[in-house]
Order: sequence, then C-alpha cells, then structure tokens
Amino acid sequence: MTTHSQQQRREAMPGSSLQDSLVALSGVTKTFGAVRALAGVDLSVGPGECIGLVGHNGAGKSTLMQILAGTLRPTDGRYDLGGETVALSDVSVSKAQGVGIRCVFQELSLCPNLTATENVRVRHAALSGFGWRKRAAKLLTEALDDIFPGHGISPGATVGDLSLGRRQMVEIAINFIATESSHPRLVILDEPTSSLDQSVASQLLAYARRFVEAGGSIILISHILGDIFSTAGRIVVMRDGAVVADRPASEFDRASLVAAMGHVAEDDEDEALAHAAKARIGEPVVIARPPKQANGAAVSLHRGEIVGLAGLAGHGQTALLRLVQHAAYHRSRLAEVRGRIAFVAGDRQSDGVFPLWSIGENVTIRSLPALSRLGFVSSAREAAMEAEWKDTLKIRTPDMDDNILTLSGGNQQKALFARALGSDAEIIAMDDPMRGVDVGTKREVYERIRKEAGEGRSFLWYTTEFDELLHCDHVYVFREGRIVAELDRGELTEEKVLQSSFDEAAA
Amino acid sequence: MARLDPKLLRAAVPALSLALLLVAIFIIQPRTMSYFGLNLMLNLALPIAFATMAQLFILTVNDLDLSIGGFVSMVACIAATWLNETPLLGIAALIASIAAYAALGALIHLRNLPSIVVTLGMSFVWLGCAVLLLPSPGGAAPDWLTAIVKFKMPFVPLAIVASAVLGLVVHFGLMRSAGGVVLRASGGNPQAVAKAGWSLLKLKVTMYALAGTFGVLSGLILVGTTTSADANIALRYTLLSIAGVILGGGEFTGGRVSPIGAVLGALTLALVGSLLSFLRISPEWQIGAQGLMLIVVLALRSLVNRFEERAQ
Amino acid sequence: MTSRLAKFQSIWQSAPYAFAFIGAMVIFAITLIANQGSGAGQIVSAALAFGSFYALVGIGQMFVITSGPGNIDLSVPANIALSGAVAMSIMGGSDAMIPLGLLAALGCGAAIGCVNYALISVLRIPPIIATLSSSFVVQSLAIVYGRGLRITPPPFLAEIATGRVAGIPILSVLVIALAGVMALVLHRSIYGRFLKAIGQNMNAASLAGIRVGLVRFGTYVLCAIFAALCGVLLAAFSGGASLNMGEEYLLASIAVVVIGGTSVAGGFSNVSGIWGAALFLYLLVTMMNTLGVGTGLRQILTGLIIVAVITLAGSRRGVRE
Repeated sequence: MTTHSQQQRREAMPGSSLQDSLVALSGVTKTFGAVRALAGVDLSVGPGECIGLVGHNGAGKSTLMQILAGTLRPTDGRYDLGGETVALSDVSVSKAQGVGIRCVFQELSLCPNLTATENVRVRHAALSGFGWRKRAAKLLTEALDDIFPGHGISPGATVGDLSLGRRQMVEIAINFIATESSHPRLVILDEPTSSLDQSVASQLLAYARRFVEAGGSIILISHILGDIFSTAGRIVVMRDGAVVADRPASEFDRASLVAAMGHVAEDDEDEALAHAAKARIGEPVVIARPPKQANGAAVSLHRGEIVGLAGLAGHGQTALLRLVQHAAYHRSRLAEVRGRIAFVAGDRQSDGVFPLWSIGENVTIRSLPALSRLGFVSSAREAAMEAEWKDTLKIRTPDMDDNILTLSGGNQQKALFARALGSDAEIIAMDDPMRGVDVGTKREVYERIRKEAGEGRSFLWYTTEFDELLHCDHVYVFREGRIVAELDRGELTEEKVLQSSFDEAAA
Repeated sequence: MARLDPKLLRAAVPALSLALLLVAIFIIQPRTMSYFGLNLMLNLALPIAFATMAQLFILTVNDLDLSIGGFVSMVACIAATWLNETPLLGIAALIASIAAYAALGALIHLRNLPSIVVTLGMSFVWLGCAVLLLPSPGGAAPDWLTAIVKFKMPFVPLAIVASAVLGLVVHFGLMRSAGGVVLRASGGNPQAVAKAGWSLLKLKVTMYALAGTFGVLSGLILVGTTTSADANIALRYTLLSIAGVILGGGEFTGGRVSPIGAVLGALTLALVGSLLSFLRISPEWQIGAQGLMLIVVLALRSLVNRFEERAQ
Repeated sequence: MTSRLAKFQSIWQSAPYAFAFIGAMVIFAITLIANQGSGAGQIVSAALAFGSFYALVGIGQMFVITSGPGNIDLSVPANIALSGAVAMSIMGGSDAMIPLGLLAALGCGAAIGCVNYALISVLRIPPIIATLSSSFVVQSLAIVYGRGLRITPPPFLAEIATGRVAGIPILSVLVIALAGVMALVLHRSIYGRFLKAIGQNMNAASLAGIRVGLVRFGTYVLCAIFAALCGVLLAAFSGGASLNMGEEYLLASIAVVVIGGTSVAGGFSNVSGIWGAALFLYLLVTMMNTLGVGTGLRQILTGLIIVAVITLAGSRRGVRE
C-alpha cells in the first residue's frame, strides 16, 4: 500500500530529476574479469523515496547496492552524489557516507566481541571523549525504541550473545542513528527481514514508511513481495545485470511483477527437454529432511533420477546438500543415504578447488583409493584418468599438469565435474555448479548429466537458474530453509517456482 | 534465576580459581597470610602479569607473540647494564625496542605474515641482543629502579597494589575507553572496522606498540626485583603469558579478552608453584600443574560452550 | 624493486628448497675461505650429524604445518626430553634391550600425539594452546622421570648415533634414507595427498570425501613419533638423556620448516628443503664461530634470516587463520 501523500509527491516531480537526487547512476557497468555483473544501469534516488528492488539471483542487485554504497567501484558510467559527479576512481565508502548513504548488508557488519553500544561507537567515529558510552547507549536505545518498540535489547549486551534476529535489529538501528556529524539520508536494506519474525518485520516496515514520510530515502530489497508492495512507492526490477522496469508501485500487481522478473525462455532445446515425468518407483537412495521443516516433507531421490532443488539463493538448499554429504559418512537423524556420494561445488573457491594443485590432481583427489596400490598412488593410473576426463569433458588446457587456476572459471568447473563423475560415486550432489560458466560448457555438462542419469546415476541438483530445472525429473522449491513446493517435471513452470520462492505474506 | 548466566560464570572463573588457590595456601601455611609472606610470593608474579598483558594486546588482534619472553629478557639486560651505567643510552634503547615492536606490527599487517613465524624469528633476535649485552649473568639494576620495586607500601604489599592498578588501567583503557573499543573491534570483525573507515594498519601498530611498552615494564620490574639479570632470565614468560591470558578468560581469536582476568590468571600461574612447595610436592611438578590447570580450564570452557550451543 | 621481488617469489615457488641449499653452500664457502680451505671434511661431517636431529624434528613438524593454517606442535621439546629419558632407562645400557626401549619411547611419543589431537578435536582447543599445555605436563613428567637419571646409552645405539663410516656419520645416512621415505609418503601416498588437500582447503577436502579428522590425527601422532625418535637418538648421541636437551628444538623445528620452503599457510611442503635448512642452520653456526662471531650476533642473524625468509616468501594465500 502506498500512502496518498507519497504518490502525490512523486507525481509532482516525475522520475526525480538528477539535480535534486541524492545519488544517481547512469550507464553504470561493472565487470568482474570476464563476467559482466552490471550492463549499463540507470538509477536515481531522490529524497523521500522508497524504492523496492526485486530480481532473481544474479540479477545484479547486490552489485548495484555495493556500488551505491561505495564499496565497489563501477567499471564505467556516471556516478553522481548529491548532484555532483564523482570521478569513478574517487568512489569510496567515506564519500557515500558523507552524503548520508548507509547500508545494511545481508552479512552483518557488527563485531561479535563487543556490546551493542560499543558497536555504535565503531560505526560512528564522532562518539568519543568523556561519557561516550552513555551517549552511544542513549542513541542506540532511542533508535531501537523508535524502530522496534518493546525490543527488549539491552545496549550493554554482547552482540555475540544475541540471537540472530536481535543482531539484525541492532545492525538496522545503528544505521538509522543520527549523530551531530552524520545523518542517514538513504538507507539501503538488503533482505532486512530475513532473520526477523513477522511482528518485528512489520515494525521495521512501518518505521521505513515513517522515515520516508519525513524526507528520508530507502531502498528495500526483499524476496517477500508483500513487503515490497506495502512499503515501496516505486519498484525497480532487475534482470541479467540491467534494470528492466522502473515504475511506480501502483502500476504493478503481483502477477506482473513476477512476470517482469522471469525471463523469456530463448532456448531452442526446450523441445528435447520436454520429456514426460518418470514414475518414481522403488526405494529412494536419498531421503533428507531440512532441519527447519515442520511438516513431514522431505527430499527424496531415486536411482537414475535428476532431482532439482530450487528457490532463491541461501534458502537452505546448500545446507541440505551438505547434510546429505555428511550423512553418507556419518549417522544422521535427518537424512538417509544409500550409496557412495560425490559433491560438485558451486562456490569453487571455498568448497571445491585446491588452489596449489594441478588440474589433474584436482580431478583425481576423489578417486585416489581406486588409483593406488598399498597406499601409494600409481602415477600411470592417475595419468590415465586425467587424460580420459580431459577428453570426456573437453577441458581446455594444453597440459593437465598446469595449475588449476590457469583455467577459466568454466573449465575449473569442468574439472570439478570430472572429479565427481570420474569417481565411484552413485549419487552426485551439485551445489549450483554453473555459476559463472559459459553457455557452451553448460550444454556439454547438461548432456553428460542426462547421459549418466540414463545409466543409473542419481543427481541432486541445486540450481538458481530456471532453465536448469527443465533437466530435472522432480523439483523441490525451498524458502526460508523449508520445502514449500514439490513439482513433477510435468507441472513445472517458471511461474510456479517464482510464486513459491517469493512469499506472499504481507506484513 | 534458574540458570547461571554463562557469561558471568566465565568472568568469575579466574577470580574463583585464584581465591581457591590462596585459601589453600593460607590453610596449609598460615604464615603466608602476612604482609611479608604475600610480598614474597607475589613479587615474582608482577613481571609475569605485565608480560601477560603484553601478550593480551597481541592476542586481541588475533596474533600470537612467541617472542615476549626473549624481549623481556633483553629489556632486563638493557636495564642491568646501559640503563644503570649510561641512563640516556638505556632509555633510548628501550624506546627503540618499543618502536621495533610497532614496526613488527606494521610488517605483519602489510605483508599479511603469520605472526607466529615472525615473532619466533624475533625471539632469536631479542635473545641475541640480550646475550651481546650480558654474556654471563650479572649486571646491576639501577638503584632508583630497585627502590621503586622494593618500595614498602603501608598495609598492603606493593605487588598487590601494582597488580590491581595494572588490571584496572588496562581494563579502562582497552575495555571502557572509546579508543579501546575500536582496538578490540579490529580483532572481532576486521572487515567491518575497515568498512567503518578505520585504518587496520594503525590499529595493529598501536597494539604492537602497547605490547612492546608493557614488555619493557615487565623487564624493568623483573630487574628491580632480582637486582641483576641474565640473558635467559624470562624465556619461560612466552608460554606463561599465553597461558595467563587464556586462563583469564581470553579467547584465542575474535578479540575476546579480559585484562583483569589476565592479571588474575598470571597471578594464579605464579602462585601454583608456591602451593605445590607448601604441599611438599617437588617443584618438578609445578609446570605440569600449570599445564593441567590450563587443560582443565579449557575443557570446562568448551563444555560450557557446547552447553550453550545445545541450548540455542 | 617490485619486479625483483616478484622474480624472487617465482623462483621460490618453483623450487622452494633451492634457497636453503644455496644458502648452505654460500655459508660453507665463506667458512672455508675464512679457514683458508682447511677442515672442509670435518665441517661437512659435523653438519651432517647435527643436521640429522634438526631434520628429524623438522620433518614431523612439517607434516603438521602442512595440514593447514594454525596447525603446529609445540610439544616437541618436552616430547624429546621424555622419550629420551624413557628409552635410556629401559635400555639400561644394554644392547639387548634396544628394541624394547625404542618401542617404549616411540610408544610414548605416539601417546603424546594422541593426547595432543584429543585436546584439539574433543575439547576444540586451538592446536597451539593444546600442544602448549600438553607440553607443560609432559615436561613435568620428563623432569620427574628423568631426575638423576645418569644412564649411558647402550654401546650399539651410541655407535649408530656417533659412529662414522668414511667420515660420514651413520646417523645422517639413516636420517637421509628416512627423509627419502617420508618424501615418498608426502608426494606419492594417498595419505600425503589427503594431507596436502586438507592443508589447502579443509572444507573442500571434507566435501571430496576425505576423512579429515583421521588424517589430522595421524599427522599429530606422526610428528610426535618423529620427535620421540629424535629424543632417543639425541640421548644416544650425547651420552645419556638430559632434561633440557630438547629445548632448542622448538624454535629449530619451526625454523627449518620455514627456511626449507614449506608454506606456513599449509598444503605445500617438501622434505628436501628440510635437509637444506638443517645444514644451513648448522653451517651458519660454524661460519660465525669461524669468523669469531659470538653467540649473541649469531642468534640475531638467525632470527633476522627467518623473518627475512618469511617476508620475502610472503604468505601464499590471503588471510586464513
């Protein structure tokens, strides 16, 4: 619901002209190596605006916000702060903070070893000298009382001892604190309600509306569309690194918003994929229940199946895969795994690649016992496996003895696939493995997966790309750590997945 | 109040263990419950407490100092030679050594080096300097230094007062002051501190300089007590200081430290020896008892942590 | 300046052990020049003998350090003292008892390794603190057990530790052979591969199906056994166990690992560098003695070399402590 006064204001100054905007981006691009995260974005934020920012994973929302907040520098484009153009090389956090841009990121930036009051001091350098602690505690208590009446948080509590939700409340309150030297004028809230319960979340949204009415600006990123509709006056939709819609909230309804986020399937291989759902017969090889699941729903995987885990990033899919991986080696009360398992990491740096090793060593690590005699690895057999998989997956390298980091991201990912596919595993868990992989590589790997499944291997595939779900026999959609929908291949549509991924619940 | 607050419990452990130890000592050997007895027992604990504080500064920023023992030894040797014979040179040397500590902090931060290896190397350097200054045990503490350290306070022995002052001063500086908060923050979440606009380099250099300063104080007090020095005089302080911080409730990472706890921990470690000797247990077991105590405390702490995890 | 540093680092990365050997040779050459070319054989022989002990503890420490950032064994000196004392008292100077004494000492080392890992894994104590506190206890045991122990080593063992064939210490031949075996274990065995994988990325290693706990456990036990073996041989070498004979090996064991080109960030190590660094450290002492440099200056130079080596080699990866 947009308030009447807000709408009037917006109509009075359409599109909020660049002159009186707080921050304005035009034609901003950002590339990370070969990956283009932002492809020319225009966005301006004026005073007294609340912008709802929505988009699927990888649409570029976070990158855009980091550029607004000054933590990332744009590769190209124009960046205006308070009506003045800033040279791209001068873009910095302190510049952005200077005009009052504050940012509540998803990963908290509190120090867990300090009290809530002390964290206020770290963020606001002006709070020092005699009596700083009293002043900081007062500012924090006022902000908390203002935003979350009845919060019950003592400013003297150590942050590490607070629950996740309360930490989030402190983080939010700190960003709304005004000191003599710095006032918040634009606060970016990135999924602020993810760890707050319903009533607290609605307190925050109500505060956000008051803040905007008083002339402040807010950018709200949320997967709960109800929150966006109830709070934002203007909605910006991002897709594939670009803004695809930027209109008053009143011009959207739920269906049109979801439609704007999804993209038109441009794949020509859809035909081939439109296979009928297989009947699920026999004992499953994996049964796993998310820890937060209240009802009896569980992910089950049968022999020769490809099962997809869908939903927005970070909603419990990776945790479930790790649970399954763990259960293959240890006893677990949540998951049962019958068979050997291999894991294909999506976050290559932290979960997959051994950075000091050659491509070959990275491929064979999962299969060493099979390649050895009396505890020693046979060089010949190892080389044979390396050569075989270099050909099978067409890893583009002159030499498998080269360091793994000499490969492009896509080829590194192929090496990780080779590690799993070349092993003796009967079950392959895949953790959104196609992040940053080029189209050609993707096709090769999809084909391979379908072939392997046909031969009896089972795949548990977490993916954030809808097109990949089309390869699956069965799909589970996750939200907030729970399975919220279960779809057969036959009933799978992007609409349904998005509907389930974004929560209806209005605050 | 059905459940004990684990935070309170953790804070009380160092004080309780010291109290328990003192009670045991008083019961076994009532004569120690006197000005003279306490002074005797605690005199050698004071330099350990200062060295422990130096270690605490380093641990706060998630580093570890394996050279503090060698450093204190070197300071003791400087104090027993140059400071006594040519005071100006001595003072200059002490200031230079603090500057060297600060420079180490900068080096470790800028080149992103493992503090363990760097300080290990530096321990050779400090020790080498100590040997150069004082190849064989000897030297003499400046009279003024001995006078200060051996000053007889009315009613309460100097060692107790000094320990209390040490704990409180660092507590206010590091735990309560606005500057101290930022210093600790850099151990808790360095990225967030940098994002908030602070210079991590400056913070780290400050901590290393503080560690150097307290190392110097430790060496001076040590020489004042013993009146002479030798190059190996304080080598065991490295391990004792780490143990003292941990015993006092400090964590190994994450900027969680407690200066008052660290002083209590250092005193406890120093007094274990006295207790054992009163129990007529041969001094050989002293270091073992210190080790066991460390293990027991850490085991209890991990038990409490697990309990908390399960409760959540 | 920067490019020279980069060049240095690239050589360091392709042949990390080279610098230790080059350093050792340069120092050796300086010593010979100062000596006007005499005594080369003697110096080499002594370097091999003393270097053997550095190499023994260094290899064990290297395996622990390879298992990733934060892993280190500080209980080495106490372990050396206790194991040496145990071996000497059980052998009682008799050749017949050598196998039993050796077994007891190695068993004692293995037990210390088990305790270390139990503290790390069950009580979740960081390795430095865990091995530090266990070393306190072990040191006490060594003092109590070894008090007044004045037993000379069995003649056969003493011969192995001090004997020379054609000027080459028997001990060094054995330790070089052992180093060869350990190099094979490190580079070609499944265990070695698993260890290096864990050292680079514990998370990825676990997801690749490696039993991380088991491998780390084995590594701490291995290191402790090497320290125990060093204790036995050191006692045999110096005519009996003494309490402080392990003292210098804490710093030395870490120093040879770092100078030998092992990455303190874990996952990357080599055995030959350990030998190079062991010779380097001993020859450094000899050179400075020859040049009339006192112990003080020698220590300072040793320390500065360690700091310089780590500064130039840099950390292979970003922060991950």
